[in-house]
Formats: sequence, structure tokens, C-alpha cells
Amino acid sequence: MPRPTPSQTVGPFYGYALPFPGGGEVVPAGHPEALTVHGYVYDGGGAPVPDALVETWQAAPDGSLAGRPGSLRRDPVTGGFLGRNGLDFTGFARVATDADGHWTVRTLEPPSGRPYLAVCVFARGLSHHLFTRAYLGAPASSDALLSALPEERRTTLMARQESERVHRFDIRLQGEKETVFLDFTTSHTSDTSGLRHGSGR
Amino acid sequence: MAGGADRPAHPGRDFAPYRSSVLRHPKRPLVPMGGDPDAAELYGPVFGVTDVTELDADLTRQHQGEPLGERITVTGRVLDRAGRPVRHQLVEIWQANASGRYAHQRDQHPAPLDPHFTGVGRCLTDDQGRYLFTTVKPGAYPWRNHLNAWRPAHIHFSLFGTAFTQRLVTQMYFPGDPLFPYDPILQSVTDPAARERLVAAYDHELSRPEFSLGYRWDIVLDGPAATLSEAALPEAVVSHAALPGSGEDR
Ligand SMILES: [Fe+3]
Repeated sequence: MPRPTPSQTVGPFYGYALPFPGGGEVVPAGHPEALTVHGYVYDGGGAPVPDALVETWQAAPDGSLAGRPGSLRRDPVTGGFLGRNGLDFTGFARVATDADGHWTVRTLEPPSGRPYLAVCVFARGLSHHLFTRAYLGAPASSDALLSALPEERRTTLMARQESERVHRFDIRLQGEKETVFLDFTTSHTSDTSGLRHGSGR
Repeated sequence: MAGGADRPAHPGRDFAPYRSSVLRHPKRPLVPMGGDPDAAELYGPVFGVTDVTELDADLTRQHQGEPLGERITVTGRVLDRAGRPVRHQLVEIWQANASGRYAHQRDQHPAPLDPHFTGVGRCLTDDQGRYLFTTVKPGAYPWRNHLNAWRPAHIHFSLFGTAFTQRLVTQMYFPGDPLFPYDPILQSVTDPAARERLVAAYDHELSRPEFSLGYRWDIVLDGPAATLSEAALPEAVVSHAALPGSGEDR
């Protein structure tokens, strides 16, 4: 079995390469069912992180996890970006934080079975990306991840509803209210004990 | 296991010699997700022919003139932990120009910009998981991590697998670079065998006569999706992007 290629930091200069126009607009502005999920990324000193890259992935409202192409739709003539076609729900967003460490994604509500955005965070200074989840609304009491966590840790995964269609989800890389980050890579399929029966440290 | 097979492949996030890591790594252990079969992260975004253009994989033809520097081709396969090809997925790269300068406003290193080189490329892997880029060899560049800090020449890579858990952002290095021992970013990977996996091989078979020097670099994505059999993956994930003609000229 081949060994994995190590991760390396995204560095400071991805900004002209990875973000793309409309990267956070999974649904068009003005879509009647659009939800806004937004927040800040903070470092261990409480300072906003202005050079983080946030990606989100989720199930479509109908529950599909198949995804669709077209997030980065391009113009084959000019080589520029066309923007998404507004019809296919790709499930994928990518946004760079602004100078204030703030990011915004506009998307559709994930289905009740998987009521969260899977979030992947990259940053200068972060050698290996971090996964977390932004739960929107009340999750099922049977949710394996949330029920394994003590209350004060669990709250770091719950987006706060600010108004009917606006949810706030801050990401704290370090510190007292450090966000719960998830490890998918070092476990094996046979090992579900960590989540199902673990202490949820 | 012998031979260091159990040593972590990935860098520790708390590698203090890389100064900006100090306040940007979690101090609590990550929560193990095990093999939770319900996780949305076992699936992931997909990309297709609408997401890349023909021009994207050749970084030397994105402007009117030829860029300065040593023209190279970089190719390899993207595999999962079981050694299976990662098909029809997005590979993105970015890099400094031959002088070690990024086309990024905040790169103020006083090396010349090249009007004929931006340094951004994309492609989809083909049926065998292969990618190929034509570009120029990037230069080393200084940074302010410590006195006289220089990054060895490198190309940044961003990759997707069939599962979001396989997401990888990394850097490819060139063989024999004398800056390796001085670079805290490369050295943040503490296992020497794992560091080796970040270094491409010069491959004379890949060099094109009177055109370019060839480098080969295979990439293995981590993540538990590698332990799922293809039969266990939903049809759409396995076959969603049967791209007509992809990879025929690779
Ligand atoms: Fe770099």
C-alpha cells in the first residue's frame, strides 16, 4: 500500500490561484431559499486570520451526496470564469477570508439527516488543513459526533442563528473556545470506537 | 511495524520553527471520526470539463510571449491509499516565476515579475489518475521566518479525491535542492521517508527534445475512502465524470 503524500501549508500566496469569483455563492444571490452562513477565523491570540481559505461541502437538500461539476465553470474562449450556471447544486464552496478574517457562504439548507456543512480550513501557518462541521439548526439527538462531545465542546460546532436565513459560525484555531476539529485520516474503517464509544475528549 | 511505516506522514501542526504555526494550531486533540459511514465527508465535490479549459494545464501559453526560465513538464499519477487511480478529479497548482517572484501583490521580493508568466494551472486527472502540466522551473525565494530564510524551489499543489476527507494541499520540490535542510516548512515533515515523497524525480524519458525537462511526481491521497471498495461507493461517485477523450495525449 502506498504511503500518503504529506500535507504542506497553503502559504501566503494562494490568493491569486485558488479563490474564484462566486466561490461562496453556491446558490445565486436572491434565491428564495438561500441561507447565508458566515463567520470569522481567529488565531490563538484572538486575532482574526486574514489569510485563511475556507471550503465547505454538504449534501444537497434532496439528500444527494453525488455532487455536481460546475463550481469553477470556465469560459473556453477567454479562459476566464463564467460563474456557476445557477441550476446545478454543486455542494461546494471556497472562500478566502477578508482582511478582517471574515468569510461568507450562500447555500441551501442541508437535509435533516446530515444537517451540517463539512468545513475544511487552510491557512498560512497551518501545516495541515483542519476539518470541522457547522451544524445548522437543531441536529438529531442521535448524531454520533455531537452526542460524543461534552457540552462546552459541542457548542463550537453549532452555528448560531442570527436571523431567519443567516447563521454565524466562527472558527477558533486555538484557545479557550477552540473549535472541535475532526480526524478522518488516521483512523481505519474497522475503528469506529473512537467516535461511538470514545470519551470525546 | 518496522521501517517507520507507522511514523506520521503529515507534519505536526505545532512545529515551532515555522513561526506562523505557533498561534494557528489547535492544542486539543482532534476528535477521531473512525469509519462513520454516515459522514458527508466520505463523499466530496466533483469537477468536470466545464471547470477547466484546455489552456489551464500549460502555464507557458497563458500570455502573448514565452516566459523566462527553464521550461519543464511535471506529470504523475494521483492515487488513493489502496493504490487506485483518482480519476477525473481537479488538480490545481500555483508557483513563483523563474526568478522566485509570485504574481501576487503582497509578494514584495525584489525579483522581476515576468509579464508572460502568472503561475496558475489546473487540470483534471485522466482515466489512469494522471495529471500533466507544462510550466517553468520556479526560483527559490526569501521569506521572513528567520534571518536569511529561503524557500527551496517548489510548486504548490491542491488536490481532491472522491471523498472530502482526501483533500490535500501540498508542495512539490525539485531533487537535490541544497536549501532542504534549512527550510522549516519541508522539515515540518519529520519523517525523512515522508519528506522524500515531496520531492519529484527528474525523468529523462519525460524530457522532450529541444523543448522541456521532465519531472515525475506521484501523489497519494490520505483518508479512509481508500478503505472503501469501489463497489461500496455509490454509482455516481465512481462514474460521474466519464470524460470523452480525457488523457489521450498524456
Ligand atoms: Fe510558495
